[in-house]
Amino acid sequence: MSTSLMTQGASRVGVETKTYFRAADTLFFTFLFPFVMLAIFSAAFSASGEVGPPGAEISIAALYLPAMLAAGIFLSGVQNLAIDIALEKSNGTLKRLGGTPLSPVGYFAGKIGQVFVTGTLQAGLLILAGWLVLGIDLPTDPAKWVTFAWVFVLGLTTCALLGIALSALPRSGKSAAAVVIPIGLILQFISGVYLQWNMLPDWLQNFASLFPLKWIAQGMRSVFLPEGWESLEQNGSWNLPGVAIALGIWLVVGFVLSRITFRWIRRDA
Amino acid sequence: MNTTRTDAAVQIRGLRKAYGGVIAVDDLDLDIAHGETFALLGPNGAGKSTTVEILEGYRLRTSGEVSVLGVDPARGGLDWKSRIGIVLQSSGETGLLTVTELLRHFASLYPHPRDVDEVIAAVGLETKAKTRIAKLSGGQQRRVDVALGIVGRPELLFLDEPTTGFDPEARRQFWGLIRSLKAEGTTILLTTHYLDEAAQLADRAGVIAGGQLIDVGAIDEIGGADARRPIVRWRDAAGTTREVRTDEPGLHVASVVAALGREPDGLEVIRPTLEDIYLGLVHDASAGSAREFDDTEEALA
Repeated sequence: MSTSLMTQGASRVGVETKTYFRAADTLFFTFLFPFVMLAIFSAAFSASGEVGPPGAEISIAALYLPAMLAAGIFLSGVQNLAIDIALEKSNGTLKRLGGTPLSPVGYFAGKIGQVFVTGTLQAGLLILAGWLVLGIDLPTDPAKWVTFAWVFVLGLTTCALLGIALSALPRSGKSAAAVVIPIGLILQFISGVYLQWNMLPDWLQNFASLFPLKWIAQGMRSVFLPEGWESLEQNGSWNLPGVAIALGIWLVVGFVLSRITFRWIRRDA
Repeated sequence: MNTTRTDAAVQIRGLRKAYGGVIAVDDLDLDIAHGETFALLGPNGAGKSTTVEILEGYRLRTSGEVSVLGVDPARGGLDWKSRIGIVLQSSGETGLLTVTELLRHFASLYPHPRDVDEVIAAVGLETKAKTRIAKLSGGQQRRVDVALGIVGRPELLFLDEPTTGFDPEARRQFWGLIRSLKAEGTTILLTTHYLDEAAQLADRAGVIAGGQLIDVGAIDEIGGADARRPIVRWRDAAGTTREVRTDEPGLHVASVVAALGREPDGLEVIRPTLEDIYLGLVHDASAGSAREFDDTEEALA
């Protein structure tokens, strides 16, 4: 008899979260990065004043808040787990855990739990900082917060699973960051995170639509940008059903890929 | 728990493992009894680690039959894993958790774990319990590895070169710990390069060379009676070194003195240690394959 999945999962979430906050590099590049970028964008473009369609102008900071929330979801899920698990694979952590009665499901529960604890804290602090420090108006309509909740949960779960799947790609722990970070950077540039979405050409928008980050960013814009901004989206609408479908498909892809690719060790390397 | 179990803790029949065309383990048979401490000896690349990793469930065998605690390790589930403990060779984990934090976590994975503080005391890390593992010395980190291997109260413990990097005092302390585990009835499979360690801890030993078990037996019997026979060595009248294995070294020395009519030069009487016996076994085994290797080189030249 091994201990219950609940006990194992809870124990894993504890050690995973502790480890996350004790690793200086993940703390900066995953947890604090969106705060740094929000501050830089707000300061750099502060001279350009308010932007947006007539009658719905907002500050640059307000424009970048939903973008940085989307970036945070992506970093906390995909980048964090892909690098983390690739490292654990190469430094012997997974081999050791594979020799214990820890169930792989318990291990994943720990990773996803860590992503939710840190991702939620990150999003909460980002919204708080935007509101208190940058003076951004937050939505008052409860329906907007319902949208926020499901986009956040669906987006973070999808990103966590894709991170687990992507961890199979780097050939060694050393190359993990070099393989994963550029993929993330490119996606953030083409998905309307760093660059304003409606400034991108149609073909690039269509290409970005193949990947989940564009849909997370779009969902977040629908929550935090005022009415009138939907005219700058593809087809002039927030297309929330599209967000749900695209993320749902990527959730399944991530689940299947992580099931297929995950091994405690390469048994016959 | 400890009823009349006639089955062996580890049973291996005709084990074979090939990587591509290279045969790492070739037709290996071995039994390890419940409660026994068995030392597996052999040079690097002899097939020692491959054999142990197959028993641990980390590697799949090419053919043969293996049973570990009554279970085929290739199909060992979580229940089976909770009954074994594995101390791997050095690991490079990030070490951001403290000794206590990591041990508490591992204890939570097992159904009947040992008390974490007792385990920390047993490996002599009480003063480092609240220290992050990354800040410990190499030898102290190795003790954490050992602690993680025993915290689940395993029936069978795999120890892969456990005392590499220990100072002599830490090694003595570790031997004490292993003896206490043995006294509790733990079956132990130890691989080591230190022959004195095998002699101190193991009931029996096996020597692997070239993927085959070339000898197995009690520590004081391994290599056979011949390998333990004292050697008399001297230089004869022509100055050539002579060597004779005899059960009566004193009488032989006397006959040499009589024949020479004087004190022989370079006279030695040698009683082989376990290390000598081991080196003799491994040398004999590799002589055959070394000749093959020479032939290949010549063929290539």
